[in-house]
Amino acid sequence: MNNVVAQLQRQFHDYLVSLYQQGFLDNQFSELRKLQDDGTPDFVAEVVSLFFEDCSKLINTMSRSLERPENVDFKQVDSGVHQLKGSSSSVGARRVKNVCISFKECCDVQNREGCIRCLQQVDYEYKMLKTKLQDLFNLEQQILQAGGTIPQVDIN
Amino acid sequence: MVCEMETDQTEEMDVEVLSSMWPEDVGTQADNQFNVEKPAGDSDTLKEVDIAEKRTMADLKRLPELLNTTDQGSSQLTNLVRQWEYMQDHAVRLLREELKILTKQREEAEAKELKIIEEHNFETEEPENVPVLDETSHLFRRFRQKKRDELVDSKRVVIDEEFDTVAYWKQKALSLEKMLEASTERERRLIEKLNESLKTMESHSAPVEELTQNLKRAEGFLHFILQNAPIVMGHQDKDLRYLFIYNKFPSLREQDILGKTDVEIFHGGGVKESQDFKREVLEKGKASKREITFETDLFGSKTFLIYVEPVYNKAREKIGINYMGMEVTDQVRKREKMAKLREDNAVRKAMESELTKTIHITEETMRAKQMLATMSHEIRSPLSGVVGMAEILSTTKLDKEQRQLLNVMISSGDLVLQLINDILDLSKVESGVMKLEATKFRPREVVKHVLQTAAASLKKDLTLEGNIADEVPILVVGDVLRIRQILTNLISNAIKFTHQGKVGIKLKVISEPSFASEEQNETSVWICCDVYDTGIGIPENALPCLFKKYMQASADHARKYGGTGLGLAICKQLVELMGGQLTVTSQVNAGSTFTFILPYKVATSDDHSDDQEEFSDMVDHQPEPDDTTEGYFQFKPLLGSIYSNGGPVIGNNFLPHKVMLTSPVRIINGFGAEPSNNTGQSETVQVGNGGYMDETRQNCPESGHEYGNGNGGCSSKESESCSSSQASSEGGVLEMESEITVSSSKEEEKTETSKPKILLVEDNKINIMVAKSMMKQLGYTMDIANNGVEAINAVKESSFDLVLMDVCMPVLDGLKATRLIRSYEESGNWDAALEAGVDIKTSENDQTCVPPTNRLPIVAMTANTLAESSEECYANGMDSFISKPVTLQKLKECIQQYLQ
Repeated sequence: MNNVVAQLQRQFHDYLVSLYQQGFLDNQFSELRKLQDDGTPDFVAEVVSLFFEDCSKLINTMSRSLERPENVDFKQVDSGVHQLKGSSSSVGARRVKNVCISFKECCDVQNREGCIRCLQQVDYEYKMLKTKLQDLFNLEQQILQAGGTIPQVDIN
Repeated sequence: MVCEMETDQTEEMDVEVLSSMWPEDVGTQADNQFNVEKPAGDSDTLKEVDIAEKRTMADLKRLPELLNTTDQGSSQLTNLVRQWEYMQDHAVRLLREELKILTKQREEAEAKELKIIEEHNFETEEPENVPVLDETSHLFRRFRQKKRDELVDSKRVVIDEEFDTVAYWKQKALSLEKMLEASTERERRLIEKLNESLKTMESHSAPVEELTQNLKRAEGFLHFILQNAPIVMGHQDKDLRYLFIYNKFPSLREQDILGKTDVEIFHGGGVKESQDFKREVLEKGKASKREITFETDLFGSKTFLIYVEPVYNKAREKIGINYMGMEVTDQVRKREKMAKLREDNAVRKAMESELTKTIHITEETMRAKQMLATMSHEIRSPLSGVVGMAEILSTTKLDKEQRQLLNVMISSGDLVLQLINDILDLSKVESGVMKLEATKFRPREVVKHVLQTAAASLKKDLTLEGNIADEVPILVVGDVLRIRQILTNLISNAIKFTHQGKVGIKLKVISEPSFASEEQNETSVWICCDVYDTGIGIPENALPCLFKKYMQASADHARKYGGTGLGLAICKQLVELMGGQLTVTSQVNAGSTFTFILPYKVATSDDHSDDQEEFSDMVDHQPEPDDTTEGYFQFKPLLGSIYSNGGPVIGNNFLPHKVMLTSPVRIINGFGAEPSNNTGQSETVQVGNGGYMDETRQNCPESGHEYGNGNGGCSSKESESCSSSQASSEGGVLEMESEITVSSSKEEEKTETSKPKILLVEDNKINIMVAKSMMKQLGYTMDIANNGVEAINAVKESSFDLVLMDVCMPVLDGLKATRLIRSYEESGNWDAALEAGVDIKTSENDQTCVPPTNRLPIVAMTANTLAESSEECYANGMDSFISKPVTLQKLKECIQQYLQ
């Protein structure tokens, strides 16, 4: 039994480290994890799922704005990107944030093609992250079910 | 040989002429002669064209003459004449033959007549002679045979009667008479025919008429082709006088042209050139072409393609030129247009590529700069932590070696911080992000404070002095932060390179300099500021690169004195940004003087109450009435008391000479507690100010603390922090989270609640969630406002101890909201907010609401971009900023600074 827990914990550790190493996450995610305690055991999951909801909503809005080839409301897109950038930065979704930065640059120069490209990339990145984190949370659940505790992962 | 050839030729021509239907068809000859192929149905057109003959412009008197004298002309005429001769020869030959035949016939007829008469006579005597006659009269017989048809009756004379009867003779006589009649008749007809023939011969025989007609047709044909063609043809003699011109300019009459040269006829550009060209051709004897553009009064600007060939006479002497000009203005224009277009195209392409390159470079540069700014900011935060901690460490008990190491660490850290600040400033100025503010300030006090600050860290035996001329206004408007930065920079530079003597600032008003732009209005005043020293001076050859980035007077100096080499570059850029000029004069080993001239607006004195506030924003203001008018300050170090390893004793290192400072603590820097204070207290102040200082350093590198205090309710805050630190020092720990400390330290304002009230203004709900959770972990709760308007309403409704303000928000952004809150703090009403269109909820306690006695700490949360610069945060009244994403540590520091 302990063996299973230890294995799961190692798996969890490695997986989380790989997420950092591959640039999916940054320190801000650690910050989030620090905020999670017994009082709020699902804090990270809650924030993250809120973030993903936000993502899909914002991406939908932005893709609608960018749909028509002319008269793109860049202001609206910009505010969306700004939101997304803020959120992704807050949860430590590093790749999403990085795409948002280039997205914003495209938006500033009103480059519709660039915006669309970035939008697709953001969509891809957040979905990617979503699956990864889903796996991570699953692992967490498995550890908890096996009677173990979530290990502290020191990234540095 | 030649003769033979010619005879052959003539024979050939003879045959040709003979074979053609000559008299009727002159056209063939004309065609041959002019080498023109005759198109089908041409004769009709030729006839039509003949009408146009009157348009001939030839000088008829001279043309034949010309034709006679020139090679071409004579050969042409020769041809014509020769052909005429062939024609005539032929006609003569024909006529002669005809004549010969006729003569023969007549002879025969006469002979016959004679015979008949003889026969008749003879027959009467010897009728048997007839056969003899028949046999001998050979000619007659031949003739008879030839004209058998006509003579059929007489040939076989049927004689029914008996030979030698009367009837027989009668019959014979009758038949002979008939034959004679027929013969006479034929003769008459032949004569008639001959006459007729002679008549037609006569009608074709006039050679001039023939030639004229040929010429007319040829000319007509040429006219037909050339009359509408943009072609001018002419012949000029060897003096280049026109002898002949075709298609001349319509308004010129023939007499205007003939006998004159180009130069005499036309005036304007190109005329001389064409004349020279013709002369050249004439001299060289070679036909050639050239394009010449004429610019004459007569026909404006026209380009002609001119063909000129020399003309020789029979003796092969040049007698003039033939000249043909075709107007090609349109073609030339088109060609030029094309060339121009092509050229433009090339230029545009080059420019485009240049532009793309520039854009690329600019983009790269901008990115690099932004990156630099971001990096600088990112480096600064942890570094300030390092330096701050090291400074705290220096206040603890250390042995000598440790202290030395620590001092090196601190000074290195300071240097790096300074460097980063410099880089950040430079990149801001260069990328145009740097904005200037216009605030009222007192130049005297600025000078004094700069000197005070410099004196505070002075480690040398130097006298610092300030000298302000009386005419310098008490109050001026300018960007006091930048001016202080420049002064501080120049002063610290001067101190650095001066080992004894004095360093000083001199202010005087000057007249408008020559480089001033015209925008300066009347209310502005130009103040010249000298920063002088008695230091090592700068060699002349080093002066040019003095203001260049990363350049110092020499590598030796760089090693000896350190520094980044950015200070003066920044000063120069700042001065220029403000519309002024920075210059330097120096003498090696005698000292240097840096002079900057800047325009200021003179502040009107009626809003004096206002400027007090403004002023106190800028400097650590002490109510010293002398300050406003005092023109001379001096700070002298006390001999012997040099900066010691004890650290915070520098506050007493100088003696204000004329100006007595009521509180020396005011002007010492962040470490600035009294040396007698216990270390625990210093520590706590340190932490707060340490974190704070790093944000403000960029404005006043020498005195971060001072600027921090300068923000509004400085005096109260300082006392607060002192008391709070005292409270926390009881615990003897660096931890700042304890709520007890906070509540005990904040006396009057904090009485209503035990917990400090924090307002988070943020529109992103994820950020809210995260920040809230962090605050919770730090033991605080927060109120939330989703935008600037909500924030203003929240601030209006209840009093907060700290506001965390997002910068970029919908409806009303953080900067504006902060400005409006500050305006409320100053005025006690929300008029400015109402004016700005903020929807403010009214409530009953509006009347009772009094302006808060304390300045509400507002901390910006920035996304760390150039657009959300710290500058702007400060400019809009924010107290500091934390960069996003917000972390637990950042929040903790912030709370420690403002709530404890």
